[in-house]
Amino acid sequence: MAADNDTISGYTAAFEGFEASLNGGARSPLHARRREAIAHLQEHGLPTARFEAWRHTNPAPLANGCFPPVVTAGKLSAEAIQPFVVSGIDGPLLVFADGQFVPGLSRVGDLPDGVQVHSLSAADSETAAIITANLAALALGAEHGFAALNTAFVRDGAVVTIHAGCTMDVPVQILHVSTGQAGLTTPRTLVVAAAGSRASVVETFASTTAGAGVLTSSVAEIVVGAGAVVEHARIHLHGADSLHAGTMHVTEEQDARFTAHTFCLAGRILREDVHTVLRGEHIESTLNGLSLPLGDDHVDNYTTIEHVAPDCSSHELYKGVVGGRAHNVFRGKIHVHQAAQRTDAYQSNQNLLMSDDAEINSKPQLEIYADDVKCSHGSTTGQLDPDALFYLQARGVGLQQARGVLTRAFAGELVDRLQHEGLRTHVERLVSARLDAVLADQGGAR
Amino acid sequence: MLKITNLHATVDGTEILKGINLEVAPGEIHAIMGPNGSGKSTLAQVLAGHDAFTVTEGSVRYENEDLLDMAPEDRARKGVFLAFQYPVEIPGVNSAYFLRTGLNEVRKARGEEEIDAYDFLALIREKMALVEMDESFLKRSVNEGFSGGEKKRHEVLQMAVLEPRLAILDETDSGLDIDALRVVAHGVNQLHTPQNSAIVVTHYQRLLEYIVPDFVHVLMDGRIVRSGGKELALQLEDKGYDWIREETAAAAAATQPAGA
Repeated sequence: MAADNDTISGYTAAFEGFEASLNGGARSPLHARRREAIAHLQEHGLPTARFEAWRHTNPAPLANGCFPPVVTAGKLSAEAIQPFVVSGIDGPLLVFADGQFVPGLSRVGDLPDGVQVHSLSAADSETAAIITANLAALALGAEHGFAALNTAFVRDGAVVTIHAGCTMDVPVQILHVSTGQAGLTTPRTLVVAAAGSRASVVETFASTTAGAGVLTSSVAEIVVGAGAVVEHARIHLHGADSLHAGTMHVTEEQDARFTAHTFCLAGRILREDVHTVLRGEHIESTLNGLSLPLGDDHVDNYTTIEHVAPDCSSHELYKGVVGGRAHNVFRGKIHVHQAAQRTDAYQSNQNLLMSDDAEINSKPQLEIYADDVKCSHGSTTGQLDPDALFYLQARGVGLQQARGVLTRAFAGELVDRLQHEGLRTHVERLVSARLDAVLADQGGAR
Repeated sequence: MLKITNLHATVDGTEILKGINLEVAPGEIHAIMGPNGSGKSTLAQVLAGHDAFTVTEGSVRYENEDLLDMAPEDRARKGVFLAFQYPVEIPGVNSAYFLRTGLNEVRKARGEEEIDAYDFLALIREKMALVEMDESFLKRSVNEGFSGGEKKRHEVLQMAVLEPRLAILDETDSGLDIDALRVVAHGVNQLHTPQNSAIVVTHYQRLLEYIVPDFVHVLMDGRIVRSGGKELALQLEDKGYDWIREETAAAAAATQPAGA
């Protein structure tokens, strides 16, 4: 474990330098969390290939060697971020460059009553209390080394809070942009939706370069109060050579409605852990995901849905269209605790292999300790339906176009699940462009 | 318009078509009848270009071009249309998009401009009325959840939109009740002009009461064993196929040299 020790001592040294630069900020509640996190990292290290959770994704490129945290944000222009901004949404936009808030490109505007949108560093005292109560509040297991890495080096982040009964109809946009500086960036998002509130948040990870040597370790925490309705979308548009290890923790209370959408559109290695805990009764929770890797990309969606209380339902649909020599991994765990009677859980993972060299791993994992539950899962992998292709051809549609039509229809199911029309149009355009590239990538020799 | 000469085709190494000869002139309607497994659907699919079948011998000329040399989409663009016996379900592709995409490809091939959404809607409304289909189908995924009759009407709707020169109907009547049969036949008849031809593949004579053929051919064991006018269909309805089978066998025996 010499390499691992070198990595951790590298991060420890970087942490000491970071701490020394804080100039008094080291006494803040946030910094207490950072210290807990670096201690966690020192104790447990980062994941290795021996971890069951990393069985199909070799963590070495992400975990072997210290990625020095990026300290100064690179320059970012309004033109550079324009393709990543959802046009036609007037709502708040928080822009972060290399993990640091960029006020000049961000806007908050007039918010409805009871809604606050801040950067972590600019939070008012009321929001600060919410941050202290919720940030990094979930205990981290040994397998969550990357979440600890994020917390240890978090400099800034986005905070969205909605008071009880308040509504934010327009999606709040959070844009995490890498300017291509090699090293570690640590985007952080906290959404706290109080009882009976409604909110929608879209996070986009983007890069202005191919981003060789860039490791993004992100964490999002989402607290969905009783009866609250929250929709959260993540769009991964990393640089083609970038690495990403992301974690999303969700807690849901009674009668909550939560929907997550994960679009893995670009990035060399993209690992996304989603863990949601259904703590109250009558919750409806939905996880949607679409992965479109090509070339030598590797995407791993590692999801866990925990049913703790009775009478909840969860739905999970992840799809992949895999081109080139790319590798798409899905793990879907549904953990039904003994008390969670009458759980209704459904999970589906569907993959289309667009080249002979593409590869997938699909692993449903049901752990059920209650006796009165409805849990089902399905996994399919294949190629486009030759009968459907011929049908289209027989109506004058060329083979390549027919492949495009069928692939778009396959992926479109997940785009259509986005509630907000403007966001849907935006994602449709990104997905369509990416699919063209995936369809064109027939793999073959390097 | 269409000239099939000594066409042989196999699927997975098994010969299904064993020397088909058929000529279709502009404006003619040809019915192809025959028992199950005789090769009727294979012939239809080979003409449309399905790659499950391998042509091992013979030729097909369409409008003085080599049809077998064309990709399926090029055949469609040049006016060959196959109404599928088993229309395929395409989840996530709505009928309007499917119809418009196909139409625009065919229009481009004819040197016409693509149709815009407004004109397309007007066109599709007119054609849907022809096959008595409700407009709500336009928003539904192609064939998904359609009843057997709805699928067949949808095939005729596609034909009405694409206006083919040569329509091949592969057992479009199978599984239809009498009302649906009448609607489908009406759609086909509306499209019939002195320039446009049709090959109607059917198992039963019933459809031919509504679509009156100029010629009836009996396909058996991969060959056309008898051709005639529309009265042949009535004879088949009356007497079945066995008498043709027997006569064909007898004729074959008569050509064998004595004592062989």
